[in-house]
Amino acid sequence: MAKLDTGKISNVSKQGVENRDCSIGEILRQRGVSRRDFMKFCSVMTAAMSLPATFAPKVAQALDKVKRPTLVWLELQSCTGDTEALLRSANPTVGEIVLEILSVDYHETIMAAAGHQAEAALDKVIVEEKGKYICVVEGSVSMKNGGIYASTGGKSHLDRVRQVCGGALATIAVGTCASYGGIGAAAPNPTGAAGVREAVPGATIINLPGCPVNADNLTATIVHYLVFSKLPALDSYGRPLFAYGKRIHDNCERRPHFDAGQYVEQWGDDRHRRGFCLYKMGCKGPATFHNCPTQRYNEKTSWPIGAGHPCAGCSEPNFWDTMSPMYKRLPNVPGFGIEATADKVGVALVAGAAAAFAVHGTLNAIRKDKEPSDKGKEE
Amino acid sequence: MSESCKFKRYIWELPVRWCHWINVLSIALLAVTGFLIGNPYSFGKSASDFTMGWIRFIHFTAAYAFTVSLASRVIWSFIGNRYAQWREFLPFLYVKGREKMIRMLRYYMLLDKEVPETVGHNPLATTAYLVLFFLYITMVLTGFSLYAEHAPQGIMHKSLGFMYSMFSNQGMRLFHHFSMYLIFGFIVNHIYSAWLMDIKEHGSEISSMFSGYKFTVKREE
Ligand code: SF4
Repeated sequence: MAKLDTGKISNVSKQGVENRDCSIGEILRQRGVSRRDFMKFCSVMTAAMSLPATFAPKVAQALDKVKRPTLVWLELQSCTGDTEALLRSANPTVGEIVLEILSVDYHETIMAAAGHQAEAALDKVIVEEKGKYICVVEGSVSMKNGGIYASTGGKSHLDRVRQVCGGALATIAVGTCASYGGIGAAAPNPTGAAGVREAVPGATIINLPGCPVNADNLTATIVHYLVFSKLPALDSYGRPLFAYGKRIHDNCERRPHFDAGQYVEQWGDDRHRRGFCLYKMGCKGPATFHNCPTQRYNEKTSWPIGAGHPCAGCSEPNFWDTMSPMYKRLPNVPGFGIEATADKVGVALVAGAAAAFAVHGTLNAIRKDKEPSDKGKEE
Repeated sequence: MSESCKFKRYIWELPVRWCHWINVLSIALLAVTGFLIGNPYSFGKSASDFTMGWIRFIHFTAAYAFTVSLASRVIWSFIGNRYAQWREFLPFLYVKGREKMIRMLRYYMLLDKEVPETVGHNPLATTAYLVLFFLYITMVLTGFSLYAEHAPQGIMHKSLGFMYSMFSNQGMRLFHHFSMYLIFGFIVNHIYSAWLMDIKEHGSEISSMFSGYKFTVKREE
């Protein structure tokens, strides 16, 4: 992975304010991004949005003219993995374009400003750009006891998201934590962690779950808005269909092995080395909707299943609780201890029934009953 | 041994018997293929084999057959004879049904020695069938919900939307898998009871599912 481009980062808050009136095309030219790189970026985005390649010139045309929307990035209960995913792009040019397109006015992790100065920048956006800025949220919102478990700048996260997301044009929840609460919301969820959708009901929210979010999907969501002037179509969990409309299992490169009946049986066995299907190792690809197989991570370098690890189902709601155990196909049976699998409980049940009936049958076979006709009368 | 004559009675109409045996066949196929889908055996010798593909194909085809059979049986419960009627499956709603159920229960618990003769279904059995029916419905719903995910936003996926909002994906898998054992438990019970009633009632309980005829002392209930 490329080193973090520090120059790029310290510019973040300054650029946002300075170049508000220029179109994206102008800014990119000022920054010396070549036309070739720009076109490359546009075709990557077109593909990410699941549009046909012929759309790439149209995307370029639209991006050339459009102005950048203001963007603020809130960091809540999170590991900053989504920020990392966005910044540590292997291809610096594309990474730069991403940051040019996202006019980041406020980002707790990477902005140059600090303290009151930073808060003032945020307040300014909320007031001056009301209803026009895009808010990106990373991390879950602590909801329990009025949200006392997490705060930034002296304000609880709960109040913060209600204020910032409530006044935004749209909120993009990046990563599983911001989308559904993520690991913070896993049982027993001591802080009452929840996704932004739950914390700010009624706000326009796009969920981009994943651990971390795929930066291409984030950029594509914003590019979609810039090009079409509307938000992308969403599924019932608020995820854009272009990125979460297909199941991993149906696009997986190991799928032929699944259909053939060739499975990895043990870590590092011959079958694992030959790239067989990871279904028996607990792969949750059949239960997970995401474009990982086609979009991949780190500039399309690889993705979990490509690297030989089963899918953990990280972009599905409550995946920490519902997708575990990670290396087994089925969850354990609740109420039967930790290691009770459905098969063990089921076999015990059927065996128990069979034994009971065997005893009953033996008793009945030796017993002399009165059969119906013995009574000799009609009822 | 009794010397009284028995009445030969047509109880199980053709659609009832067809549904019964289609259910038997499809459940057998579904259980075997379902088990292989849940715990696959590496049959594949080369990547161009299609063993899991075929196993799943059989599972889905049998699932459709089972669903159609189930739906037909529901429809038949409104047009078939009194022994096939939907009321038969709610015996606990009627005084007579409750009485018979208690007699049946006492007999099963070895408290009574008198075998209660039933012309059609016995009320204890139909109550079990009602529970089984709901088990079947959830089996069908979870099964098709998991199946429909290959075509997200399709008609089937959209119309089963309520399932995805009620249950987690893995939760449906667990239920679908575990319910197979519940159905196995029922089958053990069902075959045993049929055998028991056959040897006790002397009314051709088992063969009636092939022929449709039972032999009873009582003329009408
Ligand atoms: S590795 Fe996982 S997603 Fe890929 S085919 Fe196998 S089960 Fe499906």
